Amino acid sequence: MTELKETLKQLISLPGLSGYESPAREVIRAAWEPLVDEISVSPIGSLHALRRGTGPEPRPSILLAAHMDAIGLMVTGIQEGLLRFTEVGGVDPRILPGLRVTVHGRRDLPGLVVQPPDYLLEPAQRGKSVGMDHLFIDTGLEEDEVNELVRIGDLASFAQEPMELSGKTIVGHSLDNRISVAAITYCLQELQHMVHSWDVWAVATAQEEETLGGGFTSPFEINPTVAVAIDVTFAKGPGANDWRTVGLSKGPTLAWGPNAHPYIHKKFLDVAEQLEIPYQKEYVPRHSGTDAYAMQVVAEGFPTMVIGIPLRYMHTPVEMIALKDMERAGRLLAETIVRLEVDFMDKITWDEVKDEE
Amino acid sequence: MKNNEILSQIPEIGEAQIQLLEKLSNAVSVSGDEGEVRSIVMEEIKAFADDVRIDALGNVLVTKKAKVDDPLRVMIAAHMDEVGFMLVDDEGEGLFKFEIVGGIDNRQLVGKPVLVGKEKLPGVIGAKPIHLTTADERKNPIPLDSLRIDVGPGNSKKCKVGDRATFGTRFETWGPSLVGKALDDRLGVATLIELVKHTPDNIELLAAFTVQEENGLRGARIAAYSMNPEVAFVLDSTPANDLPVWDEEENGRYNVKLNHGPAIYRLDAGTLSDPRLINHLVKVGDEFKIPYQFRQPGKGGTDAGAIHKQRGGIPSVSISVPGRYAHTAVLIARKADWENTMKLIFASLAKFNRDILSVDR
Amino acid sequence: MKSLIKKLVETVGPSGYESRIREVVRAEVEKYADEISVDAMGNLIVKKGEKKEGGLKVMLSAHIDEIGVMVTHVDKNGFARFTTIGGVRPHTCYGSRVRFLNGTVGVIGGEMLENANHVHAIEAMYIDVGATSVEDCPVKIGDVAAFDRPFEDLGNRLVSKAMDDRVCAAVLIETLKNVKNSPHELYFVFSTQEEVGLRGATSAAYSIDPDLGIASDVTMTGDTPRGIKMDVALGKGPAIKVKDGGMLADPKVVDAMVQCAQKHEIPYQLEVLLGGTTDAKAMQISRAGMPAGCVSVPTRYVHTPSEMVDINDLNNAVKLLTAFISETIKLE
Repeated sequence: MTELKETLKQLISLPGLSGYESPAREVIRAAWEPLVDEISVSPIGSLHALRRGTGPEPRPSILLAAHMDAIGLMVTGIQEGLLRFTEVGGVDPRILPGLRVTVHGRRDLPGLVVQPPDYLLEPAQRGKSVGMDHLFIDTGLEEDEVNELVRIGDLASFAQEPMELSGKTIVGHSLDNRISVAAITYCLQELQHMVHSWDVWAVATAQEEETLGGGFTSPFEINPTVAVAIDVTFAKGPGANDWRTVGLSKGPTLAWGPNAHPYIHKKFLDVAEQLEIPYQKEYVPRHSGTDAYAMQVVAEGFPTMVIGIPLRYMHTPVEMIALKDMERAGRLLAETIVRLEVDFMDKITWDEVKDEE
Repeated sequence: MKNNEILSQIPEIGEAQIQLLEKLSNAVSVSGDEGEVRSIVMEEIKAFADDVRIDALGNVLVTKKAKVDDPLRVMIAAHMDEVGFMLVDDEGEGLFKFEIVGGIDNRQLVGKPVLVGKEKLPGVIGAKPIHLTTADERKNPIPLDSLRIDVGPGNSKKCKVGDRATFGTRFETWGPSLVGKALDDRLGVATLIELVKHTPDNIELLAAFTVQEENGLRGARIAAYSMNPEVAFVLDSTPANDLPVWDEEENGRYNVKLNHGPAIYRLDAGTLSDPRLINHLVKVGDEFKIPYQFRQPGKGGTDAGAIHKQRGGIPSVSISVPGRYAHTAVLIARKADWENTMKLIFASLAKFNRDILSVDR
Repeated sequence: MKSLIKKLVETVGPSGYESRIREVVRAEVEKYADEISVDAMGNLIVKKGEKKEGGLKVMLSAHIDEIGVMVTHVDKNGFARFTTIGGVRPHTCYGSRVRFLNGTVGVIGGEMLENANHVHAIEAMYIDVGATSVEDCPVKIGDVAAFDRPFEDLGNRLVSKAMDDRVCAAVLIETLKNVKNSPHELYFVFSTQEEVGLRGATSAAYSIDPDLGIASDVTMTGDTPRGIKMDVALGKGPAIKVKDGGMLADPKVVDAMVQCAQKHEIPYQLEVLLGGTTDAKAMQISRAGMPAGCVSVPTRYVHTPSEMVDINDLNNAVKLLTAFISETIKLE
């Protein structure tokens, strides 16, 4: 466990923004390689790892998808040695002024997001939350050197170091969604000393934050029997308290709604109940906003499910999770997988499933 | 087949068909939870289909073989789901917060009876008494946040968060009109059931009763991929906004009109219908003297938006039964329009052949 | 090149109705193609060469559709109401002329505005084709038109409607003519329905199933007075796309293109476009996914009837694409 925590802290110290996941992918590959039988990279950069089951061939398979890409910034122009930028993924411009970033130019440069004084801004911006196109990144370097080291399209990632707070919580950037990568890793570790008849495909997807690109492509190649997205969900916190939020440290969430196959939902629920693994329900009336949304409608369609890990302050550099939720999610995945009988899917009858408490 | 033979084979809309539509309209089948309509469909078609399967999302995919060699493989889709609600927060005393699934104007919600969950528990969406509102409040629609589904204080154990709900309207006929909820797209479903029962001999019918149309055409997408047809027709219902304009000017934005026959699509937000199919429908309509109209090009869409982009592209067109007041508690459609839709689709299928697709789009 | 562009941009072909422009393109490419086909979406697919050692199956895509309008209703006095096909902006409409597929020409007028400084909503405008009633109106519901503006040669700069994306169709045609001894199996796709959501490229990418996807499309510029903030200018070379509103170009493709441009001393720019996207997005997530990128032609006044490009950018785009697909492509 200490080892997994260290891997997680390493993962959230890396960039790996959408479309540019390779730094994170290499760390994940190193963590998964000893736990799986095969490992490969998809044409758009998702990591596919197969751990074979013991059932007779052709074996059913379960795809566990956690996206590894992070949100961040991209340089759009250089003006008098200062960098203009846009977002990669969804960034609230109000979190940016004064933020420490790392600019990934010809070499990594420290940078600071700066907000010009009001009187230098167009009147509509004054005293307001200042739009991203009016902010700059200052690297502290002279103009010549900036022009030499940075070009349009270079990335900037949040420079926030991981922190451990009380209650076994971790704070840092890109815990959305590397905490879920850790949960899959935990699951793979558990499976080392368990027998499972299904094949398990652990997938760290690319480009979720921009296009759900990994979610649209990996199931096409893998053609799983069931596809599960593991992603973070909103934990209750300041300003976030309505029905869309769940408790931090109160267990992973099981999604219910059009994006979750009712029978798969029930299987996870039964296992959680049976083993008394704490869990919470997440109600998703329309779209889940995760890779499952894409995976469900790839090719002939896949039965999907979404497991959530509660997280506070999503899409800021100080996202907070509880390690316990990650461990419980990993355990629930593993315990459910070992309970998937070879003929599990044949037993699905659509209309007998109810969402019972 | 000769034209008079075709005419004699067109399924009729009689008492039995109206009763089936009633059953379909009264069913609760919100996007993502289409079980009730699915069971009705399964029950109706099982004796007629050569193959039936339910796929990963819950689409009912039916194959009905042709009576000729090397038949054209034609997909026809109609969606089983309807707009509605999901309960998302239990406030006790039978009061639930809810979210809208699909597109419903907030202003259509207040004062309506609803049915909740598989047990169809009755409930209502109420409103603050006028006496307690201010003049300013009354100028604006009541926000969704302030509305609740109320199943009564004693009933809160019988339904729970996560349950679906929809309008409680019961189907009726009023003179020439069909009146009920969810006629979008139970009219299409009822039409497609008839086509499974009475299929023109020349085609292999791939009937897709789809799910989650109102949630982004999700069922149709995978149905088209797995059926991989040569051509696709979508049967839907589209709003007839043929009402007076405030200034009594000519209404140029009627979308479609009641009593003007089935609506053929050229352009909507999701699809530019294949011109070869539009021309075929028009030709058949003219030849058989079946009234038809063009849906006004514009926003909105049907399952065709997902179907035509699958694999290497699937020539597609949509045909709708006009219906007033779509996505509200009560729709009004005309039986005559439904009959003419049945005629147009049946005759167009019977007259279809591969030559139509042999010229470049 | 200029005469080819003039021929392409002056042909009417809004999304879904590309048969006429497709025939113009077909006549240009026929001599150079190994195989030509038209698929269910109307895409024109031109195959050239076979995959040799170190080669890839490459799809290049430029869309031949353009934005336009479709009639929704003809009123009793013969005025035709319309809806848009693709991203037509209301402020480019009033006073514009349109030409229908049947040759009818009309001018766009509008209802009286409460405030003359406001812009007409599309619903408040109509096409006047000179008719006086439904009966004598030469257009009817469902008829399709494109904006009508002649091609103008300003020297280095060219102006016309439908530069988006016929200039890139011209770039692909010229590239097809130039490319010799490529190790790759090349598919030049003149795609349809891009303006309404990359629909043609979606199905073409599925059926071709290439190893690498490259789109060619127009991009915006930031070189006009108080324009958008964007570091792409007319005349400074084709733009190699890094990101746009719909996709992140594969960094391996970006690097390979940059290296190719540097090696052949072809001027280029790097592009980060904040809105809009191209056929490359459709290719990137087709099937199991593929590396995808885009060579863009800087264009001013995109989606107006007077789009402006620089002939040097076009010639350099041809050079860049030709060089890129004539060599082995290292995607590392």
